[in-house]
Formats: sequence, C-alpha cells, structure tokens
Amino acid sequence: MVQKIDRDNARFRQIVRGKIKQELKKYITHGEMIGKQGKEYISIPLPQIEIPHFRYGARGHGGVGQGEGDIGQPLGPGEAQAGDGAGDRPGGHILEVEVSLSELAEILGEELQLPHIEPRGKNTIYEEKDRYTGIRQTGPESLRHFKRTYKRALKRQIASNQYNPQLPLVIPIREDKLYRSWKTIEKPEANAVIIYMMDVSGSMTDEQKEIVRIEAFWIDTWLRSQYNGLETRYIVHDAEAAEVDRETFYHTRESGGTRISSAYTLCDRLVDERFPATDWNVYVFHFSDGDNWGEDNAICVELLSEKLLRKCNLFCYGQVESPYGSGQFIRELQRGLDERDNLAVAEIPDKDAIYDSIKVFLGKGR
Amino acid sequence: MSITTVRPFPAELRRLQDEIEAIARRSRLDFFETVFEVLNYEELNEVAAFGGFPTRYAHWRFGMAYEELAKGYTYGLQKIYEMVINNDPCYAYLLECNTLMDQKLVMAHVYGHCDFFKNNIWFAHTNRKMMDQMANHGNCIRAYMDKHGVDEVESFIDACLSIEDLIDIHSPGIKRRERASRYDFGEPAERDPIQPGKFKSKPYMDGFVNPRQRLEDERKQLEDQQKQAERRFPEHPERDVMLFLIENAPLANWQRDVLSIVRDEAYYFAPQAQTKIMNEGWASYWHSTIMTQHELTTAEVVDYADHHSGTVATHPGRVNPYKLGLELFRNIEERWNTGRFGRAYEECDDRDERAGWDKDLGLGRAKIFEVRKIYNDVTFIDDFLTPEFCREQQMFAYAFNDKTHQYEIESREFKKIKERLLFSLTNFGQPFIAVQDANHENRSELYLLHQHNGVDLKLDYAEDTLRNIHKLWTRPVHLETRFDDKPVVLTFDGTEQHKRLLGDNS
Repeated sequence: MVQKIDRDNARFRQIVRGKIKQELKKYITHGEMIGKQGKEYISIPLPQIEIPHFRYGARGHGGVGQGEGDIGQPLGPGEAQAGDGAGDRPGGHILEVEVSLSELAEILGEELQLPHIEPRGKNTIYEEKDRYTGIRQTGPESLRHFKRTYKRALKRQIASNQYNPQLPLVIPIREDKLYRSWKTIEKPEANAVIIYMMDVSGSMTDEQKEIVRIEAFWIDTWLRSQYNGLETRYIVHDAEAAEVDRETFYHTRESGGTRISSAYTLCDRLVDERFPATDWNVYVFHFSDGDNWGEDNAICVELLSEKLLRKCNLFCYGQVESPYGSGQFIRELQRGLDERDNLAVAEIPDKDAIYDSIKVFLGKGR
Repeated sequence: MSITTVRPFPAELRRLQDEIEAIARRSRLDFFETVFEVLNYEELNEVAAFGGFPTRYAHWRFGMAYEELAKGYTYGLQKIYEMVINNDPCYAYLLECNTLMDQKLVMAHVYGHCDFFKNNIWFAHTNRKMMDQMANHGNCIRAYMDKHGVDEVESFIDACLSIEDLIDIHSPGIKRRERASRYDFGEPAERDPIQPGKFKSKPYMDGFVNPRQRLEDERKQLEDQQKQAERRFPEHPERDVMLFLIENAPLANWQRDVLSIVRDEAYYFAPQAQTKIMNEGWASYWHSTIMTQHELTTAEVVDYADHHSGTVATHPGRVNPYKLGLELFRNIEERWNTGRFGRAYEECDDRDERAGWDKDLGLGRAKIFEVRKIYNDVTFIDDFLTPEFCREQQMFAYAFNDKTHQYEIESREFKKIKERLLFSLTNFGQPFIAVQDANHENRSELYLLHQHNGVDLKLDYAEDTLRNIHKLWTRPVHLETRFDDKPVVLTFDGTEQHKRLLGDNS
C-alpha cells in the first residue's frame, strides 16, 4: 500500500545515508531502542536527526522516577530518560542488532544503481519454512505461551473462587495451557552459489587481501539480498589449488609460483559435482595480482571459454595491483574473451576502486 | 465523515460509541462531537507520525517519527492504541486489530481527552478547525516547494524548527503589546516632563536640601536613560522570538509565510505539552471509571486489568504521565471528599486525627472538574503534590553519578522531588530565551538573552541554533548566557563562531 508518509520516510533515510542535505549529517545520532527478548536486552538501532534547539546541557540534572529502591541504587539500562546523558547506559547484556544485511544490500543497490538480478528460471525448488502464527491446546512445554496460559489460569481461578488476592498464586492446570503452533509455508527458492578464488602466491600482500575481503563482503551482501539460501565456496591457489574454509581463505599466506589454471580446473570440477548449472545460479569471482606463469594464460582462456563461462551466470575477475606482478593476465582475458557478456573484469588498484569494481561486476544484472 | 479512509465504521463499534457517549454525558463530561475512525497499524502509525494530521505538509521529520513508530511496533516494544485530535469535531483513530474490550477502553479514554480539550483553559485559544488549517498549511507549503524547490523550502523549514520552541506560551492570554506594523511611523507618545526626585522641605530651606546643581545632573541622567530606552528595539525583551522575526527579519514573502505556519503549529501544540500529565491523567480517570462502573463484562475483566496495568505501569527512570495524573486526580477527589485540605487539616499535628480525618464533604467530583478547567501541569503539581502522595507513590529523584557513571536514586525527599518535577515542566523544561536588542551596537545585529537559572546551555546546540537564526536574520546574531558561572556571549557572524567572556573586548 502506498502511503503518504513513504515520501517523507524515504527522504529521511536518504539524509541518514548522507545522500542529500549534507548539512544535517552532523545531527544524526545513532540511537537505539532497548527491547527485551526473553531475558536479554536487545538494542534496535534507531537513527535520529535532532534539529538544534536551545537546550539545557548539564548532563544528568536528573529526573523523577517511581518505584522501589534505596538511595544510591542504580537504575537499569535504558531506564533513565532525563537530560542528554541518557545515552551513557551501562553496557552489560545488550545484544546489538546491527543494520540488517538486507537493509545494507538495499543501500548498496541504491548507491551503485545495481539492477535486480533475474534468477535463471530452470528448476524452481521449493523451500519449506515454519512460522509460528497460531495457538493451540496441545504441544510441547517449550512452546507454551506463557502469558495466555497465565490469563486462562487466572480467569479460571477467579471464576471458580480459588483466587486469593492476598496470596495471588496462579497455578495452571492442563486445560489452561496454550501452545504456539506453526504453519509450514512453501517458498519458491532460487539457489545460488558464489565461488571465490584467490591467488595467494608470494606476491599477494595483506593489504591486497584486505581489498579482496571487503569486496567479497559487499558482493556477498548483494547476492544474498537477491537469493535465499546462498552458498559460498572458497578456493585458494598458487601453483596448485585447494578448496578451503572462509577463515583460511582470508588468512592463508602461501608462497611460490602461480598457475591460475589449477584453480579454474578445480572450480570447474566443483561446479560439475556439486552445483550443476541446471539447478544453480553460479557466480565465480577470482582475485589475483595478474602475475601468471607465462604459458598458463592460454590454458586459462580456453578453460573459461570452453567450460566455466558456459556454466556460470557471471564470471568476474578482479585484479589487484602488486608491486611485483606484471599484471599481464587481465589483458589476456580482455583480448581472448572480450565478446562474452557473462565475463566482467576490473582493476582494483586500491580501496577506493572497490566501489567502481563492484559496479562493474554486479552492474550486469545477471 | 471520515478523512483518511473510505472504510465504513463498523456497526458494532457504532453501538458501543453511542453507549459510551451516553455514559460520558451522564457523568457530566462535556465534549465536541467525536468522530471515530478505524485504521490499520500502518495507517495509524502514519497519522501519529504526522502529529495526528494526515493532511500535513511534507517534511523528513515526519518520516523519522514514522520509522521510530514502525520499528517499535515491529519489534513489539510499543503500540499506539488510539490517537485523538483537538478539533471541532474531535477526531479519534482506533487501531483495527484491537479487541472489542480494547476499543471500549480506548473510546472511554478518548471522551476524557475530548472533554479536556474543550474545557481546559489553556486550550481555549487553540484553533478548533485545525484539521482544515493544517490542510491549508500543507497546500501552501506544497505550492512553495513547487515554485522554489523542495530542498530550498525544506532547508528553510529546518531553520525555522530550530526556534519553534521560542514562543511566549502566555501570549494568547495576555496582550503584551500592540501588534507591530512595519509601516507604522507614528510620532512617539507624549511623555510627562522628567522630574528628578526631590526631598520634602520648607521653601526657605529648599536650596540647601535639594541643591540646584544636583537636581540638574539627575534630570540629565534620567533623560539619557529614557533616550537610550527609546532607541532600544524591541522596547521590552521579546519572548516570542518567532513573531519578532516574522515582523522584523528581512524575509521573502514565502519565507515569512512558512515561519508563520511553523509558529501557528507550535502554538497549537503547546497546550498539549503543557498539560500532558493532567490530560492523560484525566482520560485515564475516565476510562477506568466508565469501564469498571459501566461497560465491562465479566469475561473481559482480566483482559481489562492487563491492558490498564500496562498503561499505568511505572518505570524507575521516568514519570509515567498516565499514572501520575490518574493517581493525583484520585488523590484530589479523595481529599476533597473527606475534607483533607485547608488550614484546619494542615495545622493538625495529631497523627491519629489526621489519619482518620473525614468531614464527609463529598466535594471531590466537583473539585476535580474545577482542576481540569483551570490548571496546567506546573500549577497542578505545585498545588496538589503532597509529601504523603510522594510516599504512597514511591516517588524518588535520581541523578547521574559521575563516579559510577550511571543514574542512581538520589533522594526520596519531598522538596527535592517536587523541585525536579517542576523544573522539568516549567517552560517545557527548556531555557528561557528572549530578544533583548535587535539593533545591537547600532549595527542591526540581533542580541538574544538567556535568563540563566543555574543550568548551563548545551554549547554545541546553542551555537548551531544561532547559525539557524542567522539564516533568518541575515545579520550577526549574539546570545548572552553563562557558562561555568561566567557571563559569556556567543556570536555567529555569518562565517565564524565566537565565544567571549562578557566585559572582555579582546
């Protein structure tokens, strides 16, 4: 439903993201709402913009409250509402709910004007999800709805004259108990896998890995917003390739020569065995400093054009700059495979270039 | 007549409305015709974000309010059950998914608010056709946005909002001065010739008792003073800074219009901020009275108790206006029923006699109706908060402890609690600022004076507010205040920010 407030709300969000009205930027406070989930406090981020007014400054000129407690007893987190010091709450058990990733992806998509991806509509797979929406009379104790059960027990006790206001003891019996119940809903699922490959030969420095890490995070975020159930796989290579876990991917440092074809071969096998292109949307990202073993370049181009490019939605090659490397590989790709529209290549000389390269990679909307 | 949706008002609720309205009238509540409308939570959050007016002008801060409400609702932290607008007819919005018991409670609550809007003296000057007025404001600002650009108009509104609290809340009731006209160049009024003070003396002694030379000096001095006063503009410090700028700042016509709109709305909303405790207390008093004495069915009692206790729940770190207002009204009713007021009771120091005091006067109802008519939160607390009440209600004052870096209960002393409460209510808990001189140093610079009462201003906010005032005044603006017990003048001259000690000209 389109609401009148949507316009104002969109404008507010734009200000918070610093897209318009820069002069208000300094008034943005990243406040929070304190909620309670079970026994834990959760913090819900709530950006606010406070237009400057003449205000009293002295922090904690205090306030008035109501309740039990001795003098000197501290108030709980999120309780004090007076003055401007209300932000200085004791930390403790506050669980941060950061900006949700979907919100982040939305920001990214808007910033980069990324097109939404059309999933390859081959096999639609249905995913089952449980949602706890109903109430019923039976169920496991772990799903008991405390408040409703309590109310029923209270009503019964009052009606049957078993309730003593002096000793307000409420004991639910079996008939009082109510349980949450769930509904299974089916959601169509378009499956996608991202395969990251990184060159970890001696010439890749920590700084370059940092660039890869940041870039991978944003790509991940964006693709996740487009697909449910996204899988990721990591491959590192020098002269030989190996599939690794995420942690290793970012932190390994090998040395030795570089044979990119080793990674491409492994990747091709992985796709064939685990993620057949008929069922999966396959995204492959490869980062390297472009310093390959001379004769290997031709093999790579052939592997790509004959095998990998036929299977994946998108193959992206990002070349970071290396003080040692020749950076020849990107030119080979450009020369050999220029006409393939599911190939994207970009040079990423420094962190500032990440932004543009993401746009090159994901701007294709595939 | 509904204004936001075309949804028909359900017959079941219509029947309830008729029933509750009749009870409210029988209880001598006096209200404008009340129009209920049922909204879903998205619509209700929207209306609430607009401050109750679906036709309001476009501004990002309404979007901000909406986000807060929507998030609070999504995470289950808060929920608005209802929204009432001070207008004739009175508009009230109900949340669609409320249970029937909730709707009854809310309707009863709404009639309490409507009665308060109509009868409380502080609302007497509010525009009762505000729904229409807001729609006009909306159209007006939309037209300006089309003409001058959204960004330009919105930024100007931002600057105006910076001073939206610089109003003179008593001005609707008191005429402080003639409305200034920029084209009024009339002669200054004739004054009595200046007479220096003379001591009484016999004629032959006069020359000695009142030396001629001294009289002459004194006359000159007085004359100078008066001349200076005449040159000062405004003649008296002006609390209504917005009005002063409307009348005197070099604004374009559209800007003057926009500033007037912001000011109109500020005056319209001010009484609601002035009577928050009373208004909510009064409405809660009536929903609980109507529900428990007339409307509740036995099946609903537990749910009602749940809802009501949620409304009046207390939190350690804040005053719940619903709770405080409700309890205070009940306390007043009880005291005037039993005669626990006046000199005889105050001066009685026999504990047993005081505890059993009951003159059986039965004046309670009449008294609370009178209170709801002529009091606001400040006078309400000042007159009716008693040490016994504070003790019963377990009230305390808290403060920030610099050593432990947390808020702690500071005192349960009556005097301290009352002082804190009154401080937070006086002038809405905001500093007093007035225009002192609009021709400062004879250079048409604006000089504002902060009436310092012991608490310093928040410096960065004060500086930025000055910047925004400069956008309206266009000449340098100053604010005299105090920091750390020293008089200080803050200045913004269009490019730079200054802060200097008063009397220090370097």
